Amino acid sequence: MCLAIPALIKSIEGKEAEVEIGGITRRISLWLTPEAKVGDYALVHTGYAINVLDQEEAEETLRLLEEIAGMAEEEG
Amino acid sequence: MKDKILLAHGSGGKQAHELVEKSFLKAFANPFLAKLDDSAVFDLSGRLAFTTDSYVVSPIFFPGGDIGKLAVCGTVNDLAMSGAKPLYLSLSFIIEEGLPQGELNEIVDSAQKAAQEAGVKIVTGDTKVVHQGSADKLFINTAGVGIIPEGVDISGGNARPGDKVILSGAIGDHGIAVLSQREGLSFSTQLKSDCAPLDSLVAEMLKASPNIHCLRDPTRGGLATSLNELAKQSKVSIRIEEEKLPVREEVLAACEMLGFDPLYVANEGKLVAIVPAEGADKVLKAMRGNHYGKGAAIIGEVGAEHPGRVVMKTCLGTSRIIDMLVGDLLPRIC
Amino acid sequence: MKFITEFRRSELAEGLISQIHRQSKTSVKFMEFCGGHTVTIFRYGIRQVLPSTIEMVSGPGCPICVTANADLDKAITLAQIPDVIITTFGDMLKVPGSHSSLQKVKADGADVRIVYSTMDALKIAERNPTKSVVFLGIGFETTAPTIAASILQAEKKISNYYVLSLHKLCPPVLRAILDSGEVKLDGLICPGHVSAIIGSHPWEFIARDYGIPCVVSGFEPLDILQGVDMLVAQIENGESKVEIAYRRGVRPEGNQQALKLMEQVFEPCPAQWRGIGEVLNSGLKLREEYQHFDAELAFDIDPGPTYEPKGCVCGDILRGVKTPIDCRLFGKLCTPGHPVGPCMVSSEGSCSAHYLYGGGFEG
Repeated sequence: MCLAIPALIKSIEGKEAEVEIGGITRRISLWLTPEAKVGDYALVHTGYAINVLDQEEAEETLRLLEEIAGMAEEEG
Repeated sequence: MKDKILLAHGSGGKQAHELVEKSFLKAFANPFLAKLDDSAVFDLSGRLAFTTDSYVVSPIFFPGGDIGKLAVCGTVNDLAMSGAKPLYLSLSFIIEEGLPQGELNEIVDSAQKAAQEAGVKIVTGDTKVVHQGSADKLFINTAGVGIIPEGVDISGGNARPGDKVILSGAIGDHGIAVLSQREGLSFSTQLKSDCAPLDSLVAEMLKASPNIHCLRDPTRGGLATSLNELAKQSKVSIRIEEEKLPVREEVLAACEMLGFDPLYVANEGKLVAIVPAEGADKVLKAMRGNHYGKGAAIIGEVGAEHPGRVVMKTCLGTSRIIDMLVGDLLPRIC
Repeated sequence: MKFITEFRRSELAEGLISQIHRQSKTSVKFMEFCGGHTVTIFRYGIRQVLPSTIEMVSGPGCPICVTANADLDKAITLAQIPDVIITTFGDMLKVPGSHSSLQKVKADGADVRIVYSTMDALKIAERNPTKSVVFLGIGFETTAPTIAASILQAEKKISNYYVLSLHKLCPPVLRAILDSGEVKLDGLICPGHVSAIIGSHPWEFIARDYGIPCVVSGFEPLDILQGVDMLVAQIENGESKVEIAYRRGVRPEGNQQALKLMEQVFEPCPAQWRGIGEVLNSGLKLREEYQHFDAELAFDIDPGPTYEPKGCVCGDILRGVKTPIDCRLFGKLCTPGHPVGPCMVSSEGSCSAHYLYGGGFEG
């Protein structure tokens, strides 16, 4: 439920931001994420940023998954 | 004040004649039309392909085209999908009163440009003007005829197990480009509609190998719907691979945002071909050599089991059934 | 890092799949609460790659599906009032109420417009000052704060904007389902984007009071597989706790600003869930200070008695008691082209996902 996609914040003007999602741009609202900065990736749901994505956590998750894949390979 | 189309322009009287002369005769200039008879008269021989279509796209101008270019390309492509060389088109304009004359001229010019590129002539037509609210700015109805070369037999029922499925390029451009202009959904993108006449592409494919089984342009309903039609008509299954499907980043992004699947988004300048395996590479090479087939790829093949079914191998290596589009493609939030 | 394709890498999926196969010994039933998860599971054929020890059932996490007919009828009745423009997410258009649908009343002349965001609905209200613009407030905790924000933006500026609040809250309904004892669950995949707002703490009662392991997951195929993997690990270690697999998007405390706005504008109220009935504190209504935005108070809506389609088991499916193939109408009388119940209409409805993506199909 609740389709939300990661979008890169390009510029901020008051409570609104211009975001880019894979080559398309759209204005979104920052009412729910006042902490968002230019260069952040926000999780956008129905035109509102509902969270700022955590780059370090994403990398950490991928590292963990790579480790699991490496283990599978060794055993397989 | 800018000139607008009025009900009087559809009355059949003086203003109607002026409109025909100023807007249509000048742009479409050809001896068939210039005669201004009730019907166009011409000689044809051989197997004919004959098609009709209506265009009601909103907005009438969109990135990469307009309703005029779309009407000509769509009709040309319907003929080309039978392997025919498109020759003559009719164009009927149903205009909502108040349409700026300038916009009509622009649309007529772009229709003519597309016709010129495809080597077709617009030999007959009609104009009606309706009251405000009875149409959405402009509707265009078309018909077209073309000649099918000897030895060509293309039909949706001709796919055979073992055949290869070739797609001429990235999917979803037209649908997303048009959608980006709709009220309530607005987003900006550099993406343009792929709207284009495909007759030259088809001619080059046929030159490479006349033995092409099926051709279809995946317009409304998208690639998924076209593949389902072909699988049902030919009583075969079609298996495609997700990883081989060309899709532009912008189309993927818009689809993610609006909850669409690119497989169901409309195209206006793409075709899917089903060809015997032995000729597939030759056809593919010919396609890549044409401007409108540069992004061509073999995306799957035809099978015998489960006639009528289209299956896609996902990027995880699993399979899922691909059905036709049901109803309208509506943006969703969940 | 663009946060999408990275989480679809097939070699990483293979690693997770083989780890799940290696570690899963106990036969378990996991529920994916959220319809978005259901769609990912079907779209990527994830059930095909899980070991036979793991059964996945879909939960009630589709806001369209759980909207009661009585509430749908209100929306459809509103659309038929002269000079009312209904603005709605596209999901709602085809859902049949007792007698009609928004799509049908639109064909009869009602002004129903699809928007992507309440921001677009506000623009429509500004451009049409002589009309009343009603936004259909559908959705869970993810969406409710965005509706709250739209009301705060309209406050003192746009006087012709109204909201029909049909919002629903997830944790209370899960408690209701678990209390009914109808489905025995061994693990729960918690909704990622609801949790982006509410955090992971509100799920703790499930692990604590019911002993059911919970993992908050994202929506890419790797996210779901990682969620299943973490549930399997908890099961095999005899644990039950709440973990977050979707760490890039969810923090334990959630989004405080969103929660604050939601609380400022809305207060909990009882809500009707299709197939589940009334659940205490599982809905949201406008607080007194914002009641002038409430479409139910601003307009006289009397949709009359409701009618439930005969033979439709959407309610049982939403509770996880039945699956779409248990329904006699499924694929015969009820298809996406001619939907009888909401689970076939909503693209994330369980029936629609089963039908479109060939549930149980082994290719």
